[in-house]
Amino acid sequence: MVQIKDNLVGIDVGGTFTDLICFDSKSKSYNFTKVFTSAKNQSQGVLNAIDKASINLKKQDLIIHGTTTTTNALLERKISKTALITTKGFRDVLELGRRTRPFPYGLIADFKPLIPRNLRFEVEERIDFQGNVLKKLNESELLKILKKIKELNCDSIVIHFLHSYANSYHEVKAKNLILKNWPNKYITAGHEILSESREFERGVTASINASVQPILENYIYDLQQRLKSNGYKKELLVMNGNGGTVSSKIVSKEAAKTVMSGPASGVIAATYVSKLSKVKNIITYDMGGTSTDVSLVVNNKPAVSSETEIEYSMPVHVPMVDVRTIGAGGGSIAKINEAGLLEVGPESSGSDPGPICYGNGGKNPTISDANFLLGRLNPKSLNIKENDKIKEDTELILKNKISVKLKLNNYQSAEAILKIANNKMANAIRMVSISVGEDPREFSLFSFGGAGPMHACELARELDIPKVFIPARPGLTNALGCLVADLRQDFTQTLNTSLEETNIKNLHSILEKFRSDGVSLIKKQKVEIEKFYIEFSLDMQFLGQTHIIKIPLKDAKPSKNFINKEFENVYFKRFKVKLEKILPVIVNINVSVIGKRKELDLKKLINFTKSEKISYRKVYFNGKWHKTPTYLRENLFPKFKKTGPAIIEQLDTTIVIHPKDNFFVDDFGNIIIEIYND
Amino acid sequence: MIKVDKITLGVIQAGLQQVCDEMDLSFSRSAFSPVISEANDRSNGIYSAINGSLISQGYNGLPVFVGTMEYSTSEIIRLIKEEKVEKPYPGDIYIVNDPYLGGTHLMDVRFAKPYFRNNKICFWLSNTGHWPDIGGSVPGGFSASANSVEQEGLRLPPVKLFKKGILDKEIYSIICSNIRISEQRIGDVKAQEAALLVGEERLNHLFNKFGDKLIHNSIEELRKSGSNQMKSFINQIPNGIYKSKAYVDSDGIKNVPLEINLEVKKQKDKLIFDLSKSSLPCIGPMNSVFATTKSSIYLAMRHIFPEVAINGGAFEPLEIRRPSGTFLDAVYPRPVSGCAAEVSQRIAEAVFLAFVNVLKHRITAAPAGTSGNFALGGFNDLKDGNFVMYQLSGGGYGGNSLNDGISNGCSTIGISKAPPVEIMEQKFPVLYNHYSIHDKSSGAGEFRGGFGLDYEIEILCKEATASFVMDHGRFGPPGVLGGTDGGKNKVKIKRKNKKDYVPEHLSKEQDLRLKKGDKVQIQTPGGGGFGNPKKRKKHLIINDILEEKLSRKDALKIYGKKII
Repeated sequence: MVQIKDNLVGIDVGGTFTDLICFDSKSKSYNFTKVFTSAKNQSQGVLNAIDKASINLKKQDLIIHGTTTTTNALLERKISKTALITTKGFRDVLELGRRTRPFPYGLIADFKPLIPRNLRFEVEERIDFQGNVLKKLNESELLKILKKIKELNCDSIVIHFLHSYANSYHEVKAKNLILKNWPNKYITAGHEILSESREFERGVTASINASVQPILENYIYDLQQRLKSNGYKKELLVMNGNGGTVSSKIVSKEAAKTVMSGPASGVIAATYVSKLSKVKNIITYDMGGTSTDVSLVVNNKPAVSSETEIEYSMPVHVPMVDVRTIGAGGGSIAKINEAGLLEVGPESSGSDPGPICYGNGGKNPTISDANFLLGRLNPKSLNIKENDKIKEDTELILKNKISVKLKLNNYQSAEAILKIANNKMANAIRMVSISVGEDPREFSLFSFGGAGPMHACELARELDIPKVFIPARPGLTNALGCLVADLRQDFTQTLNTSLEETNIKNLHSILEKFRSDGVSLIKKQKVEIEKFYIEFSLDMQFLGQTHIIKIPLKDAKPSKNFINKEFENVYFKRFKVKLEKILPVIVNINVSVIGKRKELDLKKLINFTKSEKISYRKVYFNGKWHKTPTYLRENLFPKFKKTGPAIIEQLDTTIVIHPKDNFFVDDFGNIIIEIYND
Repeated sequence: MIKVDKITLGVIQAGLQQVCDEMDLSFSRSAFSPVISEANDRSNGIYSAINGSLISQGYNGLPVFVGTMEYSTSEIIRLIKEEKVEKPYPGDIYIVNDPYLGGTHLMDVRFAKPYFRNNKICFWLSNTGHWPDIGGSVPGGFSASANSVEQEGLRLPPVKLFKKGILDKEIYSIICSNIRISEQRIGDVKAQEAALLVGEERLNHLFNKFGDKLIHNSIEELRKSGSNQMKSFINQIPNGIYKSKAYVDSDGIKNVPLEINLEVKKQKDKLIFDLSKSSLPCIGPMNSVFATTKSSIYLAMRHIFPEVAINGGAFEPLEIRRPSGTFLDAVYPRPVSGCAAEVSQRIAEAVFLAFVNVLKHRITAAPAGTSGNFALGGFNDLKDGNFVMYQLSGGGYGGNSLNDGISNGCSTIGISKAPPVEIMEQKFPVLYNHYSIHDKSSGAGEFRGGFGLDYEIEILCKEATASFVMDHGRFGPPGVLGGTDGGKNKVKIKRKNKKDYVPEHLSKEQDLRLKKGDKVQIQTPGGGGFGNPKKRKKHLIINDILEEKLSRKDALKIYGKKII
């Protein structure tokens, strides 16, 4: 059993960097490192990080790992060759989607389904919405299809039948038949991964699972072998998109759940850190090179959604931390549009060539270039050799493309770029928070990622957010998320009956079964659990609606009366209307089982060192240059207090504090900025 | 007037847009009806107090409403001035759905609320929501053969539904007594009101932040810059006259096609749209009111130039002559229930066809361009209650200079998702036999059109009545630049021991009686092809053959390439 006195390693693989945080139980101290991600096989980068941090794997007790293997495979469509077997008449569901287009305006669009038509097969069978078998599964036809699939050299198979959430009999039967005649275990039956109605969403989710399963399995196997040969013999946990972890032994069975786990671990860390500092409501703001991830944490609980869309028409309906992506990052390009107005993004300079100031031949002014010219971005952090040349290039391009047209000098227009970009991000963040019914003014802005702490003050001012929270290690937040994440299992089952007609005993037994399944699954993993948390809830609606709202339950034995009252309350709270004449319907039953691990002591995330020396640099704020004190993060001990302007440098980011904003360091080394508003 | 600096202008533009986006979100989030909450069949905007011209509108509003609320707000302002409508007080909200006063079909119900500052009307806030029913002869309102607006449902002139913030229960009860499933409507009315209140609150915030003068000056500047932006786009079009035609299958009563005859003159910084040679007003419900005709042209131009900001200025360079005496300028009591969903899409198609030769990289071949409305209603003996079911369906998009069109794309004028088969079967007494690609419906071209949808449902209850309002049954969506037309829309009724029945009007029929076991097959149009099929790349042809989207025989016949 692993306990907190043991040594822990959290490793998160991101787009550019692989980050590692190691906790040493004896000294209660942390060790960090950052290496470049090895794109082709992420495990190489993981080993490099372990090497660089000089970690003795024999002495480690638990490794928790976040990987983007499955996310990247999907986005780049480097997926396994997967065949679909579905109900006769419905093989095109994956291609036809839900009658959409990517944007409200513009009809030029492109869409390729995950599984091409020639790998989608139909078999005779039919079950209705109540689970009655209308047509039996034609087994001999199924075997013929299987033969064809073998000839086509597919790696994995999805079985996706209509209404399998109501009755999984045919899917189970088909799976068992295929198992006997198929060389591997990469077979996904739709109901196993998502037992919810909506054939397009369930079908795509199951197809995602099947098409990344072999990839994840190979990756994890390879990583385990490498760790083993370096002396590590204990449990490896893998992050899921729901913000919980599962054992590497079972993770690939539900491979779809690892998709989008990167942003989730950041939110988990943010939740953990802010809870220790007694901050309840935060908006996580993770700004990177090409985009920004935003999420809401209310009462120290991250929002979880089961309706994530990875890209246009690619829904993955498994529970995931609700992280929304905004198309603005350090590389977002500024331009003057046809109306003569300044616009920032959505086009991005990407990582190649990147912003002009990176010196790789970038030809368009970006947010990073604006930060660079205004003295906010530390040129040293860019590893720039020919500083003067790059500064000249940046100035010249900015002048020609922006400043001349706006009749401003370069510094004014750089500041204007930041203003427009912050305004755009602020508006997007407002939309995210009001879409879940929250007012951003009641939150703190928890800022991390490479670029986040550079923009946080201005962004908070735009949003009327009073406080900005910058954790000790903004650039390593995701790895920290791995280190502190709990174990988690989620279950959903569609019921689809009116409350009146619901068999309440049946409902209770489903809730109880999910609870005990979850607990026993978590217990099987060799990790010590301090406590189990169980979240029971129902998705409900009024008869005639198609959208659902979540009704939390106290336990696994709710009475009909209780359900009815709760539904009324939650509905009224959100929609401000009572609809007494219409029947409430229970759509889905949900249970989440969370195995809580013991708390970690985070006080030593920064190794503080004393230094009296303060350097200064010129930074441009509000139309003029300010002589601005520049600190090193490790020199700012808890209780340090100051008023901006200030620049705080650390290995993984630069923090920009604007004039008149007060900031202080809390007991955990976090920086809290109080935003000045006149 | 003080000139507003460009940066502040950008921030205020985004701020006004944000107000409307938040109204859209609020409306969708709290509406009862799926047609609003999920299908987003709604829109919100801010309008000038002087002439109703558009100041800003939500990005995710239904495209066909882009120009209608501007029109309807200006009509309310006019009627108040003429003392035909009660004078507004703070807290009042007018309700109106009269198509002839700047509307679409009767189901699109508009709310308008004066926004007061310093005791003066400063703007109008308005929104439109599609109500699931508005009375009339057909549940849901999509009549295929009404011959006057009275048959289409309840028509409301602008009246105050809310007086000084309080719902007028008397007016509301009149409305409820005239529409179906009225007990659910309060959920939508509250949501529609709440969206306007959100708009008011966010506008207050914006005014407090920037001050009245700066906001008003900015709006004026933004109008000019919107106009300049549109001008710079339309100046990509060489001066000259551009002509095109598009056809509506029939009006649902008299089986002859209706012609949209478009002539656009590009002159200096302007486009002048002339539709005066189009067909005469029709007897059936395929007339379009002028507000919808105008809005259809606006939305088509936005599909071509999606970058254009949505404000009244952007429309200024588009001069749309009133096509009086044609079916595109319907007057009372002409029936109009087909205008928002179908005629509007033919008008947009005409706009695309007129410019495709000079804007090859921005315009696709014709998309399916029909909402594919199939309504089924009756008594469901399995659940012991009445039901009304709608199946909207998409079709193929046109090929374009970059790639093939997508399959089963949403209607040009909408953004609404179709419900999944599993949900339809849960809610209604039907069984789907298939839901697949409409074989051979793609128009051929260097880049081919997308495929239409092909589905068949079987009736499970004793009896039901079906209605269809679709289009492109007579002619497929046109291919362009050498591409061929997409496949046509087809409706077929299959009854035991009887010959298959095809509606006389192909894409339109009302009150067709069906029995248990009867089957309805719908095949929606595919997109037109773009460019000469002979230029299609070989690997694309091979892939189509591999995916069973093209036969080897057709590959040779259409594309002139022998693939073994």
